[in-house]
Amino acid sequence: MQAMKIRARMEGDNSAADIKVLVNHPMETGQRKDANGELIPRHFIQTIKATHNGKIVIDAQWSQAISKNPFFGFKIKGAKSGDTVTVSWVDNKGETSSIDAKIEPASS
Amino acid sequence: MNRSRRTLLKAASFLAGVALGGGMLRSVFAADWNAAAFDAVDINGAMKGIGVAAATFSKDIEIQVPQIAENGAVVPIQVTSRIPNTRFIAILVEKNPFPLIAQINFLNGAEGYVSTRIKMGESSNIKAVVQADGKFYSASKDVKVTIGGCGE
Repeated sequence: MQAMKIRARMEGDNSAADIKVLVNHPMETGQRKDANGELIPRHFIQTIKATHNGKIVIDAQWSQAISKNPFFGFKIKGAKSGDTVTVSWVDNKGETSSIDAKIEPASS
Repeated sequence: MNRSRRTLLKAASFLAGVALGGGMLRSVFAADWNAAAFDAVDINGAMKGIGVAAATFSKDIEIQVPQIAENGAVVPIQVTSRIPNTRFIAILVEKNPFPLIAQINFLNGAEGYVSTRIKMGESSNIKAVVQADGKFYSASKDVKVTIGGCGE
């Protein structure tokens, strides 16, 4: 299964780029029990970062209360079609993933 | 020293090494995760954890959430701050077991805007706290949850 999906596109007025990211991750809260009644350990993304042409634009921290298979959307002012956006995350077990995309022109 | 004792000691020192290495790795991974704020069990503790003593209400913070969320496991939320120089947005759900949900820092042209989906254990007040030019602002909205989502 693909770990991440990204869509990066200029907004209609070209004032900013709109970035949407989907991550495959269980985001276990540590409060759920398995079939044997044992607590399933907490397993969740703690930090997620984004860069625009190599410069950091988003530096976020999450709790286990972000929904399973997280969705994350943000906007970058002054970005242009063709620029590169990279998004990466690290979870509480040290697992990590990243994805990048070229910003697409605004849809007409 | 008999052979089995030596083997045991070797195994013990290996395990100690693994434990130490694991601990160091964990601390690297979690270096910029604010455990004190995220582990706080009430909203005041969470606010203190992110360095907020008091926040002024601002109509320039817009929280978009459903009034009624049928499934507490997936509640869509968008927060927009029109306050100039917005440095971060924090999202807090007052009645969740751990109220702080996320802190998003904006740098180098990122807009004061975030869109995500969160879990809510029960109906609650949702608060967005913004830091801009060293000052704190907030806004809040109530969301009624039909089926709680902390088990998800």
